[in-house]
Amino acid sequence: MNVVALVKWVPEPQGVPTLGDDHRLVRDGADGALDPGDEYGLERALQLVERDGGEVVAVSMGPEVAAAAVQRALAMGADRGLLVTDDRLRGADTLVTARVLAAAIRSCGPVDLVLAAVESTDGYSGTLPVAVAELLGFPTVTFATDLDVVDGVLRADRQTSTGTDVVTCQLPALATVTTGVAEPRYPSLKGVMAAKSKPFERLSVADLEGLEDATTQATQSISAVEPAAEKSGGRVVDAGPDTAKEIADLLQEARVI
Amino acid sequence: MPNVWVWADVEPDGSASSALELLVKGRQLGDEVVAIAFGPGAAASVAELGEHGATVVHASDDEALAEPTGRVAAHTLAALIAEARPDLILFPSSYRARDVAGRLQAILGSTLVANAFDLPTADRARAEILGGTTIVDVSMDGPTPHLVLLRPGSFEPEAVGGTAQAAAVTTVVPDGFEPVHVAEHRDAAAAGPSLDGAKVVLAGGRGLGGPDGFHLLEELAAAIGDAAIGASRAAVDAGWVPYTMQIGQTGATVKPEVYLAAGISGALQHAVGMKGSRRIVAITKDPEAPILRMADLGVVGDLFQVLPALTEEVRRRTGR
Repeated sequence: MNVVALVKWVPEPQGVPTLGDDHRLVRDGADGALDPGDEYGLERALQLVERDGGEVVAVSMGPEVAAAAVQRALAMGADRGLLVTDDRLRGADTLVTARVLAAAIRSCGPVDLVLAAVESTDGYSGTLPVAVAELLGFPTVTFATDLDVVDGVLRADRQTSTGTDVVTCQLPALATVTTGVAEPRYPSLKGVMAAKSKPFERLSVADLEGLEDATTQATQSISAVEPAAEKSGGRVVDAGPDTAKEIADLLQEARVI
Repeated sequence: MPNVWVWADVEPDGSASSALELLVKGRQLGDEVVAIAFGPGAAASVAELGEHGATVVHASDDEALAEPTGRVAAHTLAALIAEARPDLILFPSSYRARDVAGRLQAILGSTLVANAFDLPTADRARAEILGGTTIVDVSMDGPTPHLVLLRPGSFEPEAVGGTAQAAAVTTVVPDGFEPVHVAEHRDAAAAGPSLDGAKVVLAGGRGLGGPDGFHLLEELAAAIGDAAIGASRAAVDAGWVPYTMQIGQTGATVKPEVYLAAGISGALQHAVGMKGSRRIVAITKDPEAPILRMADLGVVGDLFQVLPALTEEVRRRTGR
């Protein structure tokens, strides 16, 4: 079974992200890492392939620094990596990103399962994986808290607003997973060393079929930026006799009581 | 005037509460607002949607439109769009709306903006980014319709007393459609309003000390009225409350008017699920807890004293 794990490089969660003059997130030279949310799908992919055979491919799109996210995936145990990196993709929106990732997945050969996080830690729009699935013509199971493949059928627990659905579908399919799906391993020293000699392909837009300038042109841009208003209170107090009144005042200001 | 549509997440009982606030914005931007109601409960939702300003509702109770991947709904909606050419479609930020909107974007090649809280014009969406520190206007200049997912509580629903005309929908199943079968549904034990769309979320963490600690939040919720109860991953992992209550990267993302965190430290995992809240109140005994840095009002103290006193004070004001 061949599994693609979608991985994203995100700016260091503890750092302070900044916007450049072009109103785009400064990614070059910034500290960053593999999105922690991506490690769960990657871990589950590794477990499935270790049990059933096949390969795990870590697929990503981003600037050259994003190679660090793919390297981390290789160190955890992915068999090969693929990074689409191209100056033309600067400022790519979710549509462009979905098109590029779908083309990258197609270039991987036969794929049975694509795993992604429910949403990224930095952008958290949560629509990208389903857009990729639509472009590939795959069924999707979003919000999987548990998943397995038995006799070529995907079986998953899917979190819904009222409980859990146990769902099944044919492969190939795409699933988005929560952190309940597996406990990510920490890369061993041996894994880190082995990662250096694993196949790691870097592709440009021109290397991928079905992508042209028209399909890689972002359809949105940031036209105005302002700092969010300072928090009205933004203060910390010790609990005291007026605490209940103070919180109730805030509820009233917010017009919820 | 732009032609604006609103996606309504309908429940089998005919309610479509998350769409009502979107109709308010839709009417500001367009002459007439068309609502889309797909799946069981759609026909029953027409009256409420009309009362809140929809003039036409494309409504169909067809079960196929509620299938779990959202693919049939997206292709059916794409066919309606090809005929009527709307400029803008507003979606709530629910699981289902995300699935449908994401697929629709891929089908149409249109612009999508998620996590918006306002639209100054029909081709500009306003959103908070970088952990809520920065507000940006995103210009949408791709092919129409532009797709915008709005945070719950962005607008105040308003009944305007109209009636909507129900319009027919022809279900479109795409070629090669591979269904996802629901073999079993397990209801979560949790009661009370759902986290999705609640104006107030009261969340408990390890500091509540055990399942009984959540009773304090339930009592406060009852005094407030429209309040849902959530939990941190620590409380869920400890088995105190069911998984459906979990807020954070793993669980639900909530963006209520007021988020009250009791006994939650506010690790990044949790922050991701609640940082979009309009106002944040945190009660914790740990003066170093990261949640205090996110809070509009942070209270360092004993939540077993603060919560009952707060419930009492809210009861006094609401009479509940």
